[in-house]
Amino acid sequence: MSRLAIGLGVAAVAAAATAFVLTMPKPVQSARLETISGLEGDPVAGEAVFWAGGCASCHAAPGAEGDALKVLSGGVRLKSDFGTFIGPNISPDPEHGIGGWSVADFANAMLAGVSPDGGHYYPAFPYGSYARMSDKDIADLFAFLKTLPASATASLPHELGFPFNIRRTLGGWKLLFFSDQPRVALASDDPALVRGQYLVEGPGHCGECHTPRNALGGFKTDAWLAGAKNPEGEGVIPNLTPGGKSIGSWSAADIAYYLESGFTPDFDSVGGSMVDVQKNMAHLPGSDREAIAAYLKALPDRPDGWK
Amino acid sequence: MIIRTLIAATLIGAAGLAPALAADEPQVVRQDLMKKNGKDLGVLVKMVKGEAPFDAAQAQAALTEIHGVASEFGAYFPEGSETGFDTEAAPAIWSDRAGFDKAVAQFEADAKTAMDAAPADLDALKAVFGPLTKNCGACHETYRLKNS
Ligand code: HEC
Ligand code: HEC
Ligand code: HEC
Repeated sequence: MSRLAIGLGVAAVAAAATAFVLTMPKPVQSARLETISGLEGDPVAGEAVFWAGGCASCHAAPGAEGDALKVLSGGVRLKSDFGTFIGPNISPDPEHGIGGWSVADFANAMLAGVSPDGGHYYPAFPYGSYARMSDKDIADLFAFLKTLPASATASLPHELGFPFNIRRTLGGWKLLFFSDQPRVALASDDPALVRGQYLVEGPGHCGECHTPRNALGGFKTDAWLAGAKNPEGEGVIPNLTPGGKSIGSWSAADIAYYLESGFTPDFDSVGGSMVDVQKNMAHLPGSDREAIAAYLKALPDRPDGWK
Repeated sequence: MIIRTLIAATLIGAAGLAPALAADEPQVVRQDLMKKNGKDLGVLVKMVKGEAPFDAAQAQAALTEIHGVASEFGAYFPEGSETGFDTEAAPAIWSDRAGFDKAVAQFEADAKTAMDAAPADLDALKAVFGPLTKNCGACHETYRLKNS
C-alpha cells in the first residue's frame, strides 16, 4: 500500500516535471537567430511583407484607415472562445512598443511565439502561421517596422478567464498544435504554387479564419481552409477549397481579382473581417495574388468545415 | 411524440413551401435589390477593367439603377425580418440602426453624385467609380454576414 502510494507520488512528480519541461517556451535555434541577425533588412521589401501579414488589422488603432494603418499603437479587440485579446502596441516606441527589441527578439516572437522575457504568446497572435516565414522576410519586416512612427499609447491587458490567463498553459497548446510544417502536400513544385503556399500558410495566415478548430483551439488538420463558424458570432467564414459553394466555380483569375478589388465574379462585394484582409492583399504585387489563387485552386476538395 | 413529429413535419413543410410564396417578403425584396446592384456594378466593372468598351448610355443606365436601389434599399429591414429566407443581413442592422441608416444615406449620396456626373468618357467613369464602390465593402463589413 505505502509502496504503491510512494510509487504514485513519484509518478506524479515525474509527470509534473515532464509537463514543466514540455511546456517550457522554446525559442528559435541559436544558429538560425544568428543568420537572421546577420541579414541586412530591406525596409522597402519589408512593406510588402507587412501587408501580406496583415499586421495593421490587429495592431493599428481600431478603425484606422490610410496612413493611420502604419501607426501600430494597438487597441483592436479580438473576441474568441477563450476571452478577448487586445492587440498590443508594436510601434518603435522604446517603452510602450518594441523599439528596444533586437531582430532576434522579433524572430523569437514571430517564429516561435516566445517573448523577450521567455514567456509564451497567445496564438491569437498568429505565430502558428508566421512560423513558416523566411529569414529574409523576418529581417525585412523588422527593418520596415522600425521606419514607422512611434506611439506612446500603453498596451491594454487581455480580458481572459482562468485557466486561459496563465501563459504557461500555452505550452500544452503549442505541444499539441504548433508546427512549422506545410499544411497540405501539393503534387507540383510549380514556383507560383510554392509561392502561393508560402503566402497563404505563412504570412497571409488565411487558415486562422478559414480553417475550423477543435475544442482546444487547434486546427482540424483534415479540414484545412474548408471554412469555419464565425468566431465573433453569427455567420460563417467561407470554404476556400474547390468544394466551396462560391469559390468552387471561380477561376484563378476571379480569385485574384477578388483579392485585388473585393468583387466576386457575380459582383457581390467583400464583407465582414475579409474587408481588411482584401485591402491588405490589394497592396501586394499582382503576381502574388495570382500565386495565392493558383494555390487555392490546387487545394484538396473539402466539404464545408462548419457543418 | 407523434404530435411533436407532426408539428415538426408541418414546420418543415411550411419552410419548404415558403420561398415560392415569398416574393413580397422584405428579406427577399432586399436580396433582389442587391442582386440588381451587383448586376449593374458588373456593367461598370467590365468597362473600368477594359473588358468592355466604354458606353455612355449603358453606364448611365447602370448608375441610375444603382441610385434607385440605394434610395429604396433601407426600407426593407423592418423588425421581424432579422432571419429567414436565407438572409445574410447582420444582427448589427437592428442593434445599431443609426449606423446602418448612415451607411445607407452615404451610399445614396455617392450614388446620386455618380449619376449626376453623367460620365461622358472612361476617365470620368473611373473618377466616380471608386467613391461609389467604397460603399459596398464598407457596409458589408459590418452589416452583412455570409451564411455559406
Ligand atoms: C489576428 C491578430 C494579429 C495579427 C494579424 C498580428 N498580430 Fe501581433 N499580436 C496579436 C496579439 C493578440 C498579440 C498579443 C499576444 C500575447 O499577449 O500573448 C500580438 C503580439 C505581437 C508581438 C509581441 C508584442 C509584445 O509587446 O510582446 C509582436 C512583436 C507582434 N505581435 C508582431 C506582429 C506582426 C509583425 C504582425 C504582422 C506580420 C502581427 N503581429 C500580426 C495579434 C495579431
Ligand atoms: C480575419 C479573418 C480572415 C482572414 C485572416 C482571411 N479571411 Fe478570407 N474571408 C473571411 C470572411 C469573413 C469572408 C467572407 C466575406 C464576406 O462576408 O463577403 C472571407 C472570404 C474570402 C473569400 C471569398 C470566398 C467566398 O466564397 O465568397 C476568399 C477568396 C478569401 N476569403 C481568401 C482569403 C485569403 C487568400 C486569405 C489569406 C491571405 C484570407 N481569406 C484570410 C475572413 C478572413
Ligand atoms: C448600406 C449597406 C449596403 C451597401 C452600401 C451595399 N450593400 Fe450589398 N448587401 C447589404 C446587405 C445587408 C446584404 C444582405 C441582404 C440579405 O441577405 O437580406 C447585401 C447583399 C448583397 C449581395 C448578395 C445578394 C444576394 O442575396 O444574392 C450582393 C450581390 C451585393 N450586396 C452587392 C452590393 C454591391 C455591388 C454594392 C455596392 C455598389 C453593395 N452591395 C452595397 C448591404 C449593403
